[in-house]
Amino acid sequence: MSKGASLTARGGPVTRLRRDPLVRLLPHLRPVAGRLLLGSLAGAGALGCGVGLLATSAWLISRAAQHPPVLFLMVAIVAVRAFGLFRGVLRYVDRLVSHDAALRALGELRALVLERLEPLAPAGLEQFRRGDLLARFTAHVDALQEQLLRGVGPALSASIVGLGSVALVGVLLPAAGVVLLMLLLLAGVAAPLAGARLGRAGGERVAALRRQVDADAVDLLEGAAELRAFGGEVQRLDGLSAVEEQLQHAATRFRTSPAVADIVPLFASAAAVLASLVLGIPAVRDGSLGPTCLAVVVLTPLAAFEAIAGLPAAWQALGRSRALAAEIVEVLDAPSPVREPAEGSQAELPAGPLGVRVSHAVLRYGDGPDVLRDVSLHVPAGSRVAVIGPSGSGKSSLLAALLRFRDLSSGSVLLESAGGTAADIATLPSQQVRQSVSGVTADAHVFAATVRQNLLLGKPSATDDEIDAVARKVRLLEWIRSLPQGWETPLGTGGATVSGGQRSRLALARALLADPQVLVLDEPTAHLDPATEDEVMADLLAATRGRTVLLVTHRPTGLSKLDAVVELEAGRVRAPDGDTPNDDAPTVAGAVAVLAAAG
Amino acid sequence: MKPVDAAVVRRAPALRGYLVHLGGLAVVSAVLIVAQASLLAAAIAPVVVSDAGLGQQSHVLLALAGVLAARVLIGWLGARAGVRASVKVRAELRSVLLAGALRRGPAWLANEKPGELAVAATSGLDALDGYVTRYLPQLVLATVLPVVLLARVAVADLTAATILAVTLPLIPVFMVLIGYSAQAKMQSQWVLLGRLSGHFLDIVEGLPTLRVFGRAKAQVEAVRRVTDRYRRETLATLRIAFLSALVLELLATLSVALVAVSIGLRLVQGHLDLATALLVLLLAPEIYLPLRAVGMAFHASADGLESATRAVSVAADADNVAAITGAGEPATMATTATAAGKPAEPPAVSLHHVQFTYPGRTVPALDDVSLTISPGEMLALTGRSGAGKSTLFSVLLGFVRPDVGDVEVGGHSVPGGDSVSDGDSVSRERPATAWVPQQPRLPGRTVAEVLRLGDPRAGDAQLRDALADVGADFVASLDDEVGSDGTRFSTGQRRRLALARALLHVRAGARLLLLDEPSEGLDPAAEAGVAELLEHLRGTATVLLVTHSTALARLADRRVELSPAGARPTAGPRAVVQA
Repeated sequence: MSKGASLTARGGPVTRLRRDPLVRLLPHLRPVAGRLLLGSLAGAGALGCGVGLLATSAWLISRAAQHPPVLFLMVAIVAVRAFGLFRGVLRYVDRLVSHDAALRALGELRALVLERLEPLAPAGLEQFRRGDLLARFTAHVDALQEQLLRGVGPALSASIVGLGSVALVGVLLPAAGVVLLMLLLLAGVAAPLAGARLGRAGGERVAALRRQVDADAVDLLEGAAELRAFGGEVQRLDGLSAVEEQLQHAATRFRTSPAVADIVPLFASAAAVLASLVLGIPAVRDGSLGPTCLAVVVLTPLAAFEAIAGLPAAWQALGRSRALAAEIVEVLDAPSPVREPAEGSQAELPAGPLGVRVSHAVLRYGDGPDVLRDVSLHVPAGSRVAVIGPSGSGKSSLLAALLRFRDLSSGSVLLESAGGTAADIATLPSQQVRQSVSGVTADAHVFAATVRQNLLLGKPSATDDEIDAVARKVRLLEWIRSLPQGWETPLGTGGATVSGGQRSRLALARALLADPQVLVLDEPTAHLDPATEDEVMADLLAATRGRTVLLVTHRPTGLSKLDAVVELEAGRVRAPDGDTPNDDAPTVAGAVAVLAAAG
Repeated sequence: MKPVDAAVVRRAPALRGYLVHLGGLAVVSAVLIVAQASLLAAAIAPVVVSDAGLGQQSHVLLALAGVLAARVLIGWLGARAGVRASVKVRAELRSVLLAGALRRGPAWLANEKPGELAVAATSGLDALDGYVTRYLPQLVLATVLPVVLLARVAVADLTAATILAVTLPLIPVFMVLIGYSAQAKMQSQWVLLGRLSGHFLDIVEGLPTLRVFGRAKAQVEAVRRVTDRYRRETLATLRIAFLSALVLELLATLSVALVAVSIGLRLVQGHLDLATALLVLLLAPEIYLPLRAVGMAFHASADGLESATRAVSVAADADNVAAITGAGEPATMATTATAAGKPAEPPAVSLHHVQFTYPGRTVPALDDVSLTISPGEMLALTGRSGAGKSTLFSVLLGFVRPDVGDVEVGGHSVPGGDSVSDGDSVSRERPATAWVPQQPRLPGRTVAEVLRLGDPRAGDAQLRDALADVGADFVASLDDEVGSDGTRFSTGQRRRLALARALLHVRAGARLLLLDEPSEGLDPAAEAGVAELLEHLRGTATVLLVTHSTALARLADRRVELSPAGARPTAGPRAVVQA
C-alpha cells in the first residue's frame, strides 16, 4: 500500500488529490457528507465557545477594573454566560451528529463493498484465501467509519477555531495575530508532520519488533501442546523475553529523542503567550491597543492552543483512514473475472431438461500456466458423470467455468436440451446460467442463521413439507429434529456446532432444494472420515437419480452407479487406455470404457 | 472496572514505579500552573491599571519564560516516562499471561480458545498504551491538581473558591450517576456492533454460495437495512449516554462563567484588584480540566485494561493450580536415559480403568479404558472419530489428568493436567515422549527452529538426515521460514515436518512415540515412506499409532479398537476388542 502511495505522489497535485484513496471514496459517502460537515461545524462552535469564554471574560475583567457602570458590562456578562452554556450544548450536537454520520457511512461502505465484491466472488476473492485476510478486510471496512469520525470532524473544527482565534487577535493587534498563526501552524501542522517523518525510520524497527513479539506470542499459545510435549516451553519464553527487551530499547530510543509532536505544541503555546505580552505591552503604551484588550490578546492564544490540541490525533486518524480507504479502493478497482454479454446480444436458454457439452476448453489465470488444456466432455441430459483426478488437475477450474465464475480462455461450454438446441453460456447473463447450473461448491458456506434459513437459501419459497422432504432425502431430518430448537436452531458462528458430515448434507440439501437443471457437486464429501464419506455418497447417489449431475471428487471408489467417469490429469482428459490425451470428446460410452479399464 | 487494579500493579512492578513518578510530576505541575497564572496576572494587570511599560515588566516576563520552559520540560519528562512504562508494563503482563497459560497446559488452552488469548496477549495488551500514557497521568493529575489549585484560589478569593468547591465534587458524582447506566448500555451496543461485523464477514465469506443460488444482490440491501437499524438503536442510546458529557461540560464551563461574572462585578465595586481577578480567572478552568480529561481517556483505555485483568487472572489461576497439584513429574529424558548415556530401553505403558470427562461435558471421552502395551510394542489404535483416541494421547502426554484410574509409562505414573512444577516457572525437563499430533502445529520461525524442538542439541546434519528420512524434499534450506504457524506449507508437508521433529526426539532418547494419523493427506508414495520409517523404529521405541490407513495399521504388532463412550453395549471394562 505504501508503494502505491509513493507512486501516485509523483503526479501533479491535482492528479495526486484525485488519486487519493480517501478522495476517491468520497463520492460514495455523499449521503453522509452533509451530516459530517454539520457535526464539524457544531464541534467548531463548541471549541469556539471555549475561546470566546476566556476572551470575553478577560475583556470583562479588564474593563471592570476601570470601574465603569455595570450596565456597560451587561453585553459581556450575557456573552460569558452564553458561551458557558452553548459550549456543552454544541458539543452534544457535534457528538450525536458525527456518530450518526459515521454509522451511516458504515452502512454505505458495507453495502458498497458487498456490491463490488459480489461479481468478483469467488474467483476475484482468491487474494483473500489465505488465513484470515478476509476477516481482516471486513474489519478494516468497519474500522474506517471510526477513523473518519476521529479524523474529519476534529481536524475541520480545530482548524476553523484556530483560524478564528488568529482573526480575533489579529483584529486587535495584527503583529500578534501573525505570530499566533505561525505558532499554531507549527504546533498543529508542522510538528505532527515532522514527528511522523522522524518517527518513520525508528518506527519501522519498532513495528518490526512488535510484529515479532506478536508472532512469537501467538506461536507460543497455538503451539502450546507441542511445546509442552517436547519440553520447549522455557526456551521459547526466554526467547520472547529477549525480543521484548530489544523492543523496549528501540521504543524508548525512538519515541523519546524526537518527541517533537509532544513537545513542540507546549513550546509553541508558551512562545505565543510571551510574544503577545512582548508585543502587547508596548502597543498599550503607544495607544494602538486598548488597555482592556491586552488580556484578550494574551489569553486568547492559551485557549486557541487548547482548541487545536486534538489536531495531531486527527491527522493520525486521517492517515489511518487513507490507508484503510486504499485497501477498499483496491478491491473496488479489481476487474471482473467474467464478461457479461451485452444487453442486445443475449442468447435464449433452450427449454426442457439440459445437458452440458464442453468443447476444447482452455483456461488460464492471468499470466499463469493453463489449468485446463483442451478439455472436452459431454454430460447428456439426465445422466450422471463423475470427474475425478488428483488435486491441481483442473477439476475445480472446470466447475468454475461451468458456473460462469470464470470465463474460458478459449473453447466453449454449451447447455443443450434433449432436442438438440443449445446455447453457449458465454452468451448468457451469468446469473441466468447459475439458475440452470448450480449445486454444491467447494466452499459451501454455512451461514450464521437458523437451519431453516440456511436451507431456504436454495429456494426461498419452499414450503415446510418441501424442506422436510429434502432433509429426509439426505438423512439430515433426524439430526435437525434432535436440535434444541429444531429448524430454528442457529448455526455457524455462535450457533450450534455442525460436524463435517452434517455440513456436507446441509449443502447437498440446499442444492437439491434449488433443483437446478444441471446439478454440479464439488467434492461434496470432502473433510469426512471414510465411513461417513461412504454414507453421504450413498445418500447423494440415491437422491440424484434421474438428474443431470456433474460430480467432482478426489476419490475414485464407489462411483459404479454413475453413467460415466472422466479422469482429469494436469488439465487434460486422461484417455481410457493409455496416457495420450484424447482429442475426441469422450461420450458416455467412451467414459464407461474408463470404468471398465479401471475395474 | 477499577481505574487502577491492585492485582495488575502487583504483577507489573514497572507500573508502581511509574505511578510514583507521575505523582511527583503532578505536584511539580500544580506548582508551575499556579506560578504561571500568578505571573501572567502580574504581567498584565499593571499595564492595564497603571500603564506600566515593557521595561518595568521585564523581570516578570523573564520569570514567566522560566516557568513556561519548566512546564515544557515537565511535559517532555512525562511523555518519556510514559513511553518507557508503557512498553515495560506490556512486556511484563504479556510474559505473565503467556507463562500462566503455558502452566495451565494445552487442554485448558484448547478450551479457552487460543485465538482469543492470543488477541489478549497481542493487540489487547497493546491497547494498554492509551491507559499507561494518557489515562494514568490524567488520573494522577486529577487527584492532585484540583486540590492544590483550589487552595490557591481560596487564598486569593473565597467567594470564587466557594463556587468552585460546590460544583467540583458534582463532577465525579455525575460521572458515576449518569456514567454507569449509560456505560452498560454502550457496552451492549459495542457487543452488538461486534456481532454485526461478524454478520458482515459471514456474508462476505458466503458470497460464492450466495451467488450460486442467486441471492447475493438481495444481501446488499439486507446489510444496509441491518446496519441502519443498528444505527438508530445506537443513536437512541447515545442520546442518553452523551447527556452525561453534556451535564459535565455544563457544570464545568458554567461554573467558570459564573466565577468570571462574579469577579467582574466585584471588580467594578472595587472589592477586588485586577491581578487577583486574573489569577482566579486563569486557575478556574484548570481545576476542571483534569477531571474531564480523565473521563475521556478512560473510554480509550478500557480494552487494554480488560486484557491486563485477563492476563492477571490467568496467572492467578495458574498459581492456584500449581499450588494444588504439585506432585508427580512426567517421565523425562533424565529418568529414562541411563546415566552412562547408553540408549534407553523402550518403556511399557499401562492404563488401568481410566476414565476422563472434559469439563462441561456429560459423556466421558474415555470411559473405563484399560490397556497394557509391552516395551517396544507397536500398537495400532482404531475406532471411529470421537472414540477417544486423541484424548488417550492427551492422557499419556500428561495434558489431562484422568478422573479415575492410573496411567503408567515405564513404571512411572503420569501426572495430569495443569501441574507442571512447583514455583513460578514451567518445567525445564524434556519429556521422553515423542508425538505427532493430528493437526501438527509448527512453533518456530525457521525449519531448523521447528525441528530443534525435538532435539535442541541436534546439528544441521542431523536435521537434514531427519528431513531426508521423512521424505521432506520440499525444504530447500534449514533457514526456510515456516510462516505464521507453518502456513507456508501444505497439510501434508506440515505432517512430514512434524514427523521429522518427532524422529529427532526419538533419536535424542525419547522412547515412547505417539502418532495421530501420521499419513493423513500424504500420497501413497509418502505413506510408504512413513511405513518404512516405522519399520525402522520397531523395537527402538514403544509406538502407539492412530490411523485410518490400512498400510500403516498392517505394521502394528497388535490392533486395538476403542469404541465411543456411551455406545458401549454392556457394562464392564471397555477393554477394547483386539483384532
